[in-house]
Amino acid sequence: MVNLGVKLKDLSLKNPVMTASGTFGFGEEFEDFIDLSNLGGILVKGTTRHHREGNPYPRMAETPSGMLNAVGLQNKGVENFCNEIYPRIKHYDTNILVNVSGSVIEDYVETAAMINELEHIPAIELNISCPNVKEGGMAFGTSCASAASVVKAVREVYKKHLMVKLSPNVTDITEIAKAVEAEGADSVSLINTLLGMAIDAETRKPLLSTVTGGLSGPAVKPVALRMVWQVFNAVNIPIVGLGGIMNAKDAIEFILAGATAIQIGTANFIDPQITEKVVVGIEDYMKRHNIQDINDLIGALQVQ
Amino acid sequence: MKKLVQDFEVLQRKELNDEHFVLDVKALEPLPEIRPGQFVNVLVKDSNTTFLRRPLSIHFVDYERNTISLYIKKIGDGTKKLGELKEGDTLNIVYPLGNQYSIPNNANTLLVGGGCGVAPLLYLAKHLKEAGNKVTTLLGVRSEKDAVELDAYKEYGNILVTTEDGSFGEKGYPTQHSVLEKEKFDYVFTCGPEPMMKAVAAYSAQNNIPCEVSLENTMACGFGACLCCVTETTEGNKCTCTEGPVFNINDLKW
Repeated sequence: MVNLGVKLKDLSLKNPVMTASGTFGFGEEFEDFIDLSNLGGILVKGTTRHHREGNPYPRMAETPSGMLNAVGLQNKGVENFCNEIYPRIKHYDTNILVNVSGSVIEDYVETAAMINELEHIPAIELNISCPNVKEGGMAFGTSCASAASVVKAVREVYKKHLMVKLSPNVTDITEIAKAVEAEGADSVSLINTLLGMAIDAETRKPLLSTVTGGLSGPAVKPVALRMVWQVFNAVNIPIVGLGGIMNAKDAIEFILAGATAIQIGTANFIDPQITEKVVVGIEDYMKRHNIQDINDLIGALQVQ
Repeated sequence: MKKLVQDFEVLQRKELNDEHFVLDVKALEPLPEIRPGQFVNVLVKDSNTTFLRRPLSIHFVDYERNTISLYIKKIGDGTKKLGELKEGDTLNIVYPLGNQYSIPNNANTLLVGGGCGVAPLLYLAKHLKEAGNKVTTLLGVRSEKDAVELDAYKEYGNILVTTEDGSFGEKGYPTQHSVLEKEKFDYVFTCGPEPMMKAVAAYSAQNNIPCEVSLENTMACGFGACLCCVTETTEGNKCTCTEGPVFNINDLKW
């Protein structure tokens, strides 16, 4: 019997496999396909202080080994989450994390404070890296000063595990990671999507209504791995790695690069059962390599 | 209705013309109830440019053979790869997805299809006939060679065709067909290119006939997780995959 359990500071996961926000709805969308209690945690859809309609259609474009999205944080607001959705999902036997986003710091603070009161939500993922909203979002995550200021403000009202989701659209991601660590982030998750665009040459038009959008899928995996490795060597808080994970082998690579846990995102669209398969695949890998404890693999990359 | 992800076995591929083919796939377990208007999301193998599944309307369901038929147009590399599938090949499918067309009783119904938008209409025609409705299917195609599977529709009612070049049926677009003047319909159902559906919707609105359209927005997941396939409705953005693909025209901002 191998140990798959990991800890993000005080937050215990039964295994390192989580889902990425915005790709897993509220978990309910996947109940026909998998048993959610087999996962280390789920990240529910990005939640903001107020209702957001999101961006106009078209919001998605398929690209080589990936996809661009420009959903724009469509959600019904934090009050709707607390009153309507939370009562439906709070019984899940897994860690439920809420991805919190905003346009101004006050929005983040108010949203986080309301979620702090929900007994069965042990952590939030602070989204300072969404590329698809006009103001706020990624703007907070692309400078050390603004990243630090939003984390500091939320830290004052949010008493449980505070994970901060980092943007790859920066010159040096380790500087941002260090800045949010200094303000009390309990963990960092990376990477959010890479800013990209797609054009239809025949019509001479962009494929997204917003022209630019966030790239995800295996196309971004090498970038994500590199950033996880860099951040692992720069901070002392645990790292949750994501970006193009399609199978257990990919997940192991992120763990070797320094991730304590991983998130599966875009792959959920192609195989709605992929998360359970990755849990089984990680266990198989450990047996094959005679590893008793998954924690022995974290950052175990052998660089000469 | 529980959604499933299952491997199907390819039984047959029928080429209809240069562009279109029908794929009959057999479920390895008894098929669940599938309603007209629902769709599947299929996994395409061995195509470098196809990353996501391909959503396809359910053309027909044969519970005796335990098969689903898919009506497919070769558009990109993904659908071309589907057109190379042979008997005995495996196709992984997420299904049944989406809502369904309404089924009235004892009404005079008109089904209007264009291009590969005809896909869901055959199975709809079957259900409408079984509920005691009079069924007229009106297909709009470019020319005679595109007027396919007419005998299949005849099983369930009247079949009419318009061709753009006048080589078969009446010349013009479906909304120019003389039957629209001659007959009074109680319900209209349509699927096809958006300009055609909008013209059908306009005809229905002018004549006060309830009308349902099936949208083909691009989607990533097909089951309400990604929020990519939204359409603007009177109640805000709604997912085409879960709250559609079938919408009443009164709910759309057309």
